[in-house]
Amino acid sequence: MSNEVSTEILATHVLDLAKSGKRLDGRALDEMRHLHITPGYVTSADGSALVELGDTKVLAGIKLEPGTPFPDTPNAGVLTTNAEIVPIASPEYEPGPPSIQSVELSRVVDRAIRAAEAIDLKGLCVTPGEKCWTCFVDLHILDDSGNLTDAALIAAMAALRNAKLPAERFELGETKPLDVRHFPIETTFVRIGDAIVVDPSSAEEGTCQGRLTIATDEEGNVVAMQKAKVGAFSPQDVAELVERAFVHGNKVRAALGQLG
Amino acid sequence: MGSVGAKDIPELLDANGKRIDGRDLNELRPLKIEAGVLQRATGSAFVEWGENKVMAAVYGPREVHPRHMQENTKAVVQCRYNMASFSVDERKRPGLDRRSQEISKVIGEALESVLFVEEYPRTSIGIYIEVLQANAGTRCAGLVAASVALADAGIPMSDLVPAVAVGKVAGKLALDLRKEEDNYGEADVPMALVPKSGRLVLLQMEGHMTRDELKTAIDMGVQGCHKIYEIQKEALRKRYSIAHDGGDAQ
Repeated sequence: MSNEVSTEILATHVLDLAKSGKRLDGRALDEMRHLHITPGYVTSADGSALVELGDTKVLAGIKLEPGTPFPDTPNAGVLTTNAEIVPIASPEYEPGPPSIQSVELSRVVDRAIRAAEAIDLKGLCVTPGEKCWTCFVDLHILDDSGNLTDAALIAAMAALRNAKLPAERFELGETKPLDVRHFPIETTFVRIGDAIVVDPSSAEEGTCQGRLTIATDEEGNVVAMQKAKVGAFSPQDVAELVERAFVHGNKVRAALGQLG
Repeated sequence: MGSVGAKDIPELLDANGKRIDGRDLNELRPLKIEAGVLQRATGSAFVEWGENKVMAAVYGPREVHPRHMQENTKAVVQCRYNMASFSVDERKRPGLDRRSQEISKVIGEALESVLFVEEYPRTSIGIYIEVLQANAGTRCAGLVAASVALADAGIPMSDLVPAVAVGKVAGKLALDLRKEEDNYGEADVPMALVPKSGRLVLLQMEGHMTRDELKTAIDMGVQGCHKIYEIQKEALRKRYSIAHDGGDAQ
């Protein structure tokens, strides 16, 4: 099958380039793609942001609606994160129930938001045990050109920072900005032979030997991690990548912070 | 984290630094592994780890179903981690929820990292993990069981894969969390090690840790994994000696 042949040629090529510190798209091993964020892209949402990370495009929309707290957290609002990889995102799309990739994506993004306590869930409680706000973070993947995870969390955070709690619409007081307290950013690396590159393209993700996502917050904590794909990282690799994740995360936080 | 709106948070560490079940911070729960517990499977294993009971079966290499998933250059590793509805306090809806799907994916990828899949093109290696009783750390218990089941099935692999979680409870790093520590702790880092290469094939994290804490946590986990590795090997030795003596050893 020609597909397998071309995949193998590409894999060998990516590997050869990495040996001399190069990448398919000309980036340095530690260089992320150009990041562009458009907050408030969709006015029908309570908060939104379009993130373009190189050719990868993710649109995040926030909807806030009154709901019921979970029985085990009667004093807190509810956070629900969902990622949908839609057919326009890549030719690999297959109809049917959510793919395992989209399930993992939404769970890894959700984990970072939740563990970092990015939004004040207690502040979303209206009447303990009875009424609370449910915050839906919906991630629409428009173009899968690699590293959906980082792009999706940036989109989610930009959309949350852009969101207004629509209290007036539901006669629950005054509409006000959503209380966003922390700022998690995920940084994803893939192993290509002995090299480890940041912000992988889809070609790099397709041929890598292991992927590691590290979520950092603005206070110097690691708040979430996910190793995925076939491959391995040594504890020394992990320690080094954590340092790189902070450098990278702080850069992205600075860029996002300028948007206000 | 389970701390939001929680009712009564139990005392996770006492004045002597002992944990809720009397363990030290770097002490594993009792772990028993038995290989070859199922008749129909190519390989199998049962793990009893603290109050976890997990069974794993391996089938294959065999034909791929559905057929279109077949790959011409390697075996397809199909992994399913499933929890019994009665394995947790509040009945779980049967079937794979999103958590189980994610765990199936990362366990399958971790194990495929040690399997020589290129040796068996156009086949499938099926890894099935059933959690019968759960008390935190079931993904690690499942991985430990599945790894022994793969060896029991005689499927070539570069090493066994021990796994364990390290967490943070009452501000201290602790090995092999049990349920209360997982629910009310500040962080959880499950990991799986390939002892021969010293590399991690599964690594997840949720919670709050500084970079130094994370480094120490991984060191603790790696040491814990080496202990589990010995128990895995012992389970296989026992299995082989029984098989060799016609099944009536001891």
